Amino acid sequence: MTDAIAYARPKYIGKSIQRLEDSRLLTGRGRYAADFQVPRMAHLAFVRSDQAYARICQIETHDAKELPGVIGIFTASDFAHIPEITAPSKMLNYHPTFCPVLARDFVRYVGEPVVAILAEDRYVGEDAAALIEIEYDPRDVAVTAREASSPNAPKLHDSLGSNTIFSRQFAAGDCVKAISDAVHVVSGQFCMTRKTSVSIEPRAYMAEFEPQKDTLTLHSATNIPGIVRDEIGRLLGLSGNKFRVVTCDVGGSFGGKGSLYPEEIIVCDLALRLERSIKYVADRMEDILSSSQAFEEEVAATLAVDENGHFTALKADILGDIGAYSIYPWTAALEPVQVASFLPGPYRIPHYTATVRGICTPKPPTGPYRGVGRPMAVFALERLVDKAAFTLGLSPTELRRRNLVGTEEFPHRIGSGIIWNRSGFHECLNAAEEAVDLPSIQAEKTSRKDKWVGVGFASYAELTGIGSRIAVAPGMPMNTGAETATIRIDATGAVSAVFAMSSHGQSLETTLAQIVAEELGVLPEDVNVIQGDTSLTPHGTGTYASRSAVIGGGVAVKATRGLLVKVKRVAATLFGVSPSDIQTGDGNIFVPNTNFAINFAEIARLVYSDMSTLPQEARETLEFQATYDPIVGTTTSATHAAVVEIDPETLLIKLRRHFVAEDCGRLINPLVVNGQVHGGVAQGIGAALLEELKFDDAGQPITATLADYLVPTSAEVPDLEVAHIETELPDSPGGFRGMGEGGTIGAPAAIANAVTDALSQLGIEVNSLPITPSKLHALIAAATKQDRQE
Amino acid sequence: MSSKTHITLTINDEPYRADVEPRMLAADFLRDELALTGTHIGCEHGVCGACTILLNGVSVRSCLLLAIQLDDAEVQTVEGLGSTREMHRIQTAFREYHALQCGFCTPGFLMTVQDILNTLPLRNDKEIRDALSGNICRCTGYDHIVKAVRSLVTERDKIANQ
Repeated sequence: MTDAIAYARPKYIGKSIQRLEDSRLLTGRGRYAADFQVPRMAHLAFVRSDQAYARICQIETHDAKELPGVIGIFTASDFAHIPEITAPSKMLNYHPTFCPVLARDFVRYVGEPVVAILAEDRYVGEDAAALIEIEYDPRDVAVTAREASSPNAPKLHDSLGSNTIFSRQFAAGDCVKAISDAVHVVSGQFCMTRKTSVSIEPRAYMAEFEPQKDTLTLHSATNIPGIVRDEIGRLLGLSGNKFRVVTCDVGGSFGGKGSLYPEEIIVCDLALRLERSIKYVADRMEDILSSSQAFEEEVAATLAVDENGHFTALKADILGDIGAYSIYPWTAALEPVQVASFLPGPYRIPHYTATVRGICTPKPPTGPYRGVGRPMAVFALERLVDKAAFTLGLSPTELRRRNLVGTEEFPHRIGSGIIWNRSGFHECLNAAEEAVDLPSIQAEKTSRKDKWVGVGFASYAELTGIGSRIAVAPGMPMNTGAETATIRIDATGAVSAVFAMSSHGQSLETTLAQIVAEELGVLPEDVNVIQGDTSLTPHGTGTYASRSAVIGGGVAVKATRGLLVKVKRVAATLFGVSPSDIQTGDGNIFVPNTNFAINFAEIARLVYSDMSTLPQEARETLEFQATYDPIVGTTTSATHAAVVEIDPETLLIKLRRHFVAEDCGRLINPLVVNGQVHGGVAQGIGAALLEELKFDDAGQPITATLADYLVPTSAEVPDLEVAHIETELPDSPGGFRGMGEGGTIGAPAAIANAVTDALSQLGIEVNSLPITPSKLHALIAAATKQDRQE
Repeated sequence: MSSKTHITLTINDEPYRADVEPRMLAADFLRDELALTGTHIGCEHGVCGACTILLNGVSVRSCLLLAIQLDDAEVQTVEGLGSTREMHRIQTAFREYHALQCGFCTPGFLMTVQDILNTLPLRNDKEIRDALSGNICRCTGYDHIVKAVRSLVTERDKIANQ
């Protein structure tokens, strides 16, 4: 045995390998939905409502129809055969809304599509749009949730009893008694204003009609291709053999491309009716006005604390402004109910009560946006924690330490019913406290007069990779908890791995390849990850809710292990050894310390093409399909620390440092995890300091361009510091937890606490985000006035 | 609207001739007429920078230009920077540092970086961040992009000082 072959088993999971999708994306060879062009393709443009709430009296389309190059003008009556979009829910006290694909009789937000124009090119389509006249009879509006929730407010949907389209209560223990018994009680009224995703690629759809087979392919900028396929199929009466949804490259979503939209239904319907391919690409104003918006909640909350600084009770009243319609499939309950579900956070709080209401307003529908509910929940709770620390004279980190669920206390059920499993709650807090040199900041606070300096912390926990026991959106009757994958070795020895997920920046082509490569014993670049095509998988929903690493990674492990059993069985027959003697690595299949070795191409040839080497019964197809459902999910946790400095002259708020300590379990690719955290934090910075969709009293949007709706640029984001804490791994295959949203969850609260700390000498608290120089000016002016009056 | 204007130009070192409507945007011309879809359209009002190209060596927003303004010009788009098999150093630096996620803003960043490496000293991260602040990336939080550019600046200055 002198020539014994030894192969080191390479480890790919945990390596910062360079991304496999990058070469096409870096060279302009990616394919996004707007890039698709086919012969005779027609272009869709829309006339959208310029009224917040009005009856449609008349639509005059004559001049537009006459314009050369216009193929057709369509209004609601042309789509009477398509059922209205409605999101069902199992929740009690939930009243569904019904949204026709084009506004019928009434418009309910500025930006709602009213007329669809099909033209030979988009320029002509927009010429035609300018010739269409719509006569409206405006109705009274109640633009804010507070106004719209009053009994006398004008009703947005005549079919509903009021503008309150759902309400729900949470109760655990006896909150009233616990609060009245408490030594310390802190309260606050917190507000997160309306945001929008702003993926740099606006929404885009191309419905490709294929006359050869009378089939339709929707190339969609969506992150939920399976859900879109299933629902458009239902609405238009198409099954999967006639209709598929393909995503190819998608230019970001952050939730904004994670719902079903009228425009994608219309391109499909018209493509089938006219037997030609149709494209629609939103411009930025359309994208801002008609893609799902986010947050916009008010939370009135009270935290009770005993004499030892232990939290005893939490009470909250949550008012969610959900916009004009309940979005499919998540429903309007998604965001506000998640606030209530996650409000108790990573702490022991024995008594909890919360009421949640969702209010219809004449504004664009809200939907998922990175973090969903938790940025608001964490902002409200972490502000209360800091207020309590101030009241008790404890440091914010010490109070957190006293109340975070302890390492020995997992699993821990919080007042809303969510169960936390072991995650690095204390480890993350300790790391963040250590990273921020508190004494030096304290010294700077007292010595510096030219800047107001402050530090803030925020700890949170989230449920990632949610399995089938819990609906991702509360009450949503749809299983989003399982994923199916097929891993196969073809006759050339190439490995392909087919998933129903849909990467839109998450690097799944790389991270899933790393997992398959590691488990099978090949190189990551030899694994072709195929995803985002509904025709290749029986079922799947997409990539959202920090699920793809946990559920996708989990099913990759399961399916690859199933395939490896087959590979070992074949090799064992070939070598005349036991399957347990076989090892794989580096593209080879071998028995250690022997000369028995073969590579994947050779074994594939023996199995598929060679008729004599292996007995017929040993030539099994090298393919394995598996399904994974984590049932509940995994607990990801983190502590963020922010350091800000404020210029007393200009009131410019500068984020000087942002540090994140997080426990997302086993890292698949540290570079990718860092990227996810960084991107999430940047959006959290936007939510904290810049981003706000504003509407005037008539419901007119006044921030409909990127010059008005400000997202962070490289000048506003500091170097981002991330520490990965790996505690006990979750029991999911691979030990992965989700990390797609955490950055956005923790950052706003940490920054709000830091700004409040910087303003402590003025006694000003940041309870509404974003906090901007002009809002700060107003707060200071109000505080000064109050001082004078006192 | 149907009257067209004849233009001749060079794109990525190849000669092109075209008849275009005077109102056609340069970005639409590149994408729809020439199928150079690597130039992406993110906002059509000059804020996001995704459509940045080089016009006679200077970075410009192709959504704020008309196709007829490209007449007689030398244009470079992301397709001219490198190929999937042989990427330009700026592209490999972006890959090394994971300076892109969804990739939609990336072509605009690459064009901007090419320009600023040629024209600005970029002495520190603040200068790099200021120089990049006309391009919006919603995925990366910029940290990795700044690191990639910093490495390119270091390489540039090392060569210059030799």
